[in-house]
Amino acid sequence: MNNELLNELTFFVLAVFVGFEVISKVPTILHTPLMSGTNAIHGIILVGALLIAAGANSPVTIALGLVAVTLVTTNVVGGFVVTDRMLEMFKGRQPAKPAEAAKK
Amino acid sequence: MSILISLAYLLAAVLFILGLKQLSSPKGARNGNFTAALGMLIALGATLPLLHFTRAGITITAIGVLIGAVVGTFGARLVRMTAIPQMVALFNGVGGGAAALVAVAELLKFGVHPAFSEALPSVFSIVIGSVSFAGSMVAFSKLQELMTGTPITYPGQQVVNAVLAALIVGFAIAVLAIACVPFSFVSLMVLALILGVAFVLPIGGADMPVVISLLNAFTGLAVAASGFTLNNFALIVAGTLVGASGSLLTKLMSDAMGRSLGNVLFGAFGQVRTGGAAAASDGQSRSVRSASAEDLGTLLAYSQRVIIVPGYGLAVAQAQHAARELADVLEQRGVDVEYAIHPVAGRMPGHMNVLLAEANVPYEQLKEMDQVNDDFKNADVALIVGANDVVNPAARSTPGSPIYGMPILNADQAKNVIFMKRSMRPGFAGIDNDLMFGPKTVMFFGDAKDSLTKLVAAVKAA
Repeated sequence: MNNELLNELTFFVLAVFVGFEVISKVPTILHTPLMSGTNAIHGIILVGALLIAAGANSPVTIALGLVAVTLVTTNVVGGFVVTDRMLEMFKGRQPAKPAEAAKK
Repeated sequence: MSILISLAYLLAAVLFILGLKQLSSPKGARNGNFTAALGMLIALGATLPLLHFTRAGITITAIGVLIGAVVGTFGARLVRMTAIPQMVALFNGVGGGAAALVAVAELLKFGVHPAFSEALPSVFSIVIGSVSFAGSMVAFSKLQELMTGTPITYPGQQVVNAVLAALIVGFAIAVLAIACVPFSFVSLMVLALILGVAFVLPIGGADMPVVISLLNAFTGLAVAASGFTLNNFALIVAGTLVGASGSLLTKLMSDAMGRSLGNVLFGAFGQVRTGGAAAASDGQSRSVRSASAEDLGTLLAYSQRVIIVPGYGLAVAQAQHAARELADVLEQRGVDVEYAIHPVAGRMPGHMNVLLAEANVPYEQLKEMDQVNDDFKNADVALIVGANDVVNPAARSTPGSPIYGMPILNADQAKNVIFMKRSMRPGFAGIDNDLMFGPKTVMFFGDAKDSLTKLVAAVKAA
């Protein structure tokens, strides 16, 4: 096992713990925006799609790259925009405390 | 230079985590989304110096980004809030599919005998990404009602799925150990796509919250695996965060249904629900009380405290604005109104909250199950709109019932129950709801939106 793989595994494992820790704090009321927001975040695969598309030099890689970039860009842009649209509605009109705080 | 790029990816990962952290309250949530989007911009910016464009490459990149940005923006602006679950399923599938395509392109570069540690994440990404893509498309079709929402089963389904899974394992081993050639990994992808379809077909529309959460986790993990292939920390962290989020929501959703994940995913294969369906038929002869809108309007208008229990039916009838209107006229008369939201109300986790937020219901009035369950006994009226199984007392009292053990809203403890329903048809679980026949219960039949509008008029007149 080389050093780089070991580093990556470390990142992965730590991210699992951070992920569970952070996500478990998100109240039920926000679970749909959470899901659509994380949906946008996994659009980071656009990085991979760009790497393929940029270096495309054969019909196969051109097709793969074009499809991948188009789809993921839709995913990223649409994901962030729709999440913003939802969260905008959640701006409570009264300056009262959020529902989650009341539970505790 | 490469140090700077790595640092930028690290910054992006930190911003993703901070963004999700800000989602822990409705107030900071919108900023959280901006934070995450900023992280995405930084990650993409850091990637630019790594791109060595070919002539064709720059063209397709420009076309792809342009089309994607336009379609994404318009789609996200125009989609109705009731259709959010479909949209999430669609984006989720697209992300998974892209992860699989990226992995395919990577394998093409590797040659016939790639290093195991490099090829393994790609193989994982192809399988999980393809299952997520195909499964999400089926979920999308079910939610969009392009196909039936009822579970699709056929004889030998389990055998077919087992054979598919075995073939996938076989081809995965072939790619890793024998020959990494297009035939082997494209076959792998096709098989995984078929498995994705076969996997979601037998799952019913009402179980979609669980399926969407699970596929969300799948896509996250496929992206994280791509991070291993591309040696990119930002992908690993972002993908893992999504994987964690999806897994956690999957668990919450199946807990909220009082069922194990296995039962939700494979329940349609077994005979879990036949007992319930049989029990449903012998209840038809029991009588229920129904009442006119005027009577119910008076009852509501002279109550002190009303708890509205919205369910799937409200979402289907797009009656969230009508519900809000009823709450408004009641509040003008000094009635205390709250909404009791069951965790699986709506079509995806937290969907009902979004729908009610769209109708300008302040989030302070939206109460989670644990917060509100003790309040029902002090409520004059529990108004059930399009919900059924989540208020079925059988979940507490009848050990043989398919929903026994599912946490429910204690609507039966209210002094009066108004049960708004389209017909006497049982809910998704296919069982009778004793609450409908209870002495305190009045049925009010009709489309949720029409019925609520009638009640608004009746309350105004009372």
